[in-house]
Amino acid sequence: MAKSTLRDPFLEPGLRGMVGDLASDQRAFKEVPWSKAMMWGFLLSDIFIFACFLVGYMAARITATAPWPNASEVFALEVGGHHVPLLLIAIMTFILISSSGTMALAVKCGYERRRLATGGLLILTALLGASFVGMQAFEWTKLIHEGVRPWGNPWGAEQFGATFFLITGFHGTHVSFGVLFLVIMAVKVMRGSLEAQRPGFLTGRRGRYEMVETLGLYWHFVDLVWVFIFAFFYLW
Amino acid sequence: MAKGEGQQHPLSTYLWVWFMLFVLSVLSYLVDVTGFEGYLKWFLITLFMLLKAGLIMAVFMHLVWERLALICAVLVPPGVLLFLMLLMAIEGQHVLSNRLAGFLQ
Repeated sequence: MAKSTLRDPFLEPGLRGMVGDLASDQRAFKEVPWSKAMMWGFLLSDIFIFACFLVGYMAARITATAPWPNASEVFALEVGGHHVPLLLIAIMTFILISSSGTMALAVKCGYERRRLATGGLLILTALLGASFVGMQAFEWTKLIHEGVRPWGNPWGAEQFGATFFLITGFHGTHVSFGVLFLVIMAVKVMRGSLEAQRPGFLTGRRGRYEMVETLGLYWHFVDLVWVFIFAFFYLW
Repeated sequence: MAKGEGQQHPLSTYLWVWFMLFVLSVLSYLVDVTGFEGYLKWFLITLFMLLKAGLIMAVFMHLVWERLALICAVLVPPGVLLFLMLLMAIEGQHVLSNRLAGFLQ
């Protein structure tokens, strides 16, 4: 297993390899296309943005003198007369994880040159992502009707609304853009633009199946951020 | 390795990780349902969170199969954020005690 690209037999593995890579001419990140290294760079900057939000949320929550609203009850749903805590959030979590799985399979099918399977899985991923955003819109509507505002809420510390709308809103925006890119990539895959190495209309870069993997990195990152939001905001 | 392009790994690897992510999500949801409190709750939440994040980054984002230079470039800078978190937590306690002291006067 673990057969990978290029695999230069003269490249040293491990720590010595890393020192060699970083000291080498022209490129430090061997055996990855430049677009993948760039995507990782972008994701790193995005990690810092979300980390600043989450650390800010932590600081607001520690310093709040009023009690913090209990997320387990705030996000509970009434189903058939039963009070189920965090139900919608749990469903959203499973949907996003499912979409991460279909994305990973899409990347694999892409490298196996199975055009229809790749396109179908990308569409499925986009649908799951769109339903996630839909549920988030439902959740926002419900909370706004219950009187949650960025400057106050009926249950306790006023900072709750501000951090909630900022963090989930920023994450939802990421999901929405991801869905858009997924649809675009699915169209490109289905019509064979990657197979034929046709240049894209915006950048003029030749189509390659590595583009699916690079987009996959972004999508998995969105799921990754949700893992942290779920833990820190909803469960903590 | 048909066309010498990209990373190819067996389907079972992906399916296993997918399955594990579901299991870990169920477990972290159960932490909330069972109503654990205090350090046990926080420990379990953090544990499941880190396991999920690790699985996604390692397998779905193909990080275990990359060279160490890329792995370190991705993982070391966010590690510094832990230090920021620590500083802000200490600062936060200080602000809170100042506020409470101010309200008492």
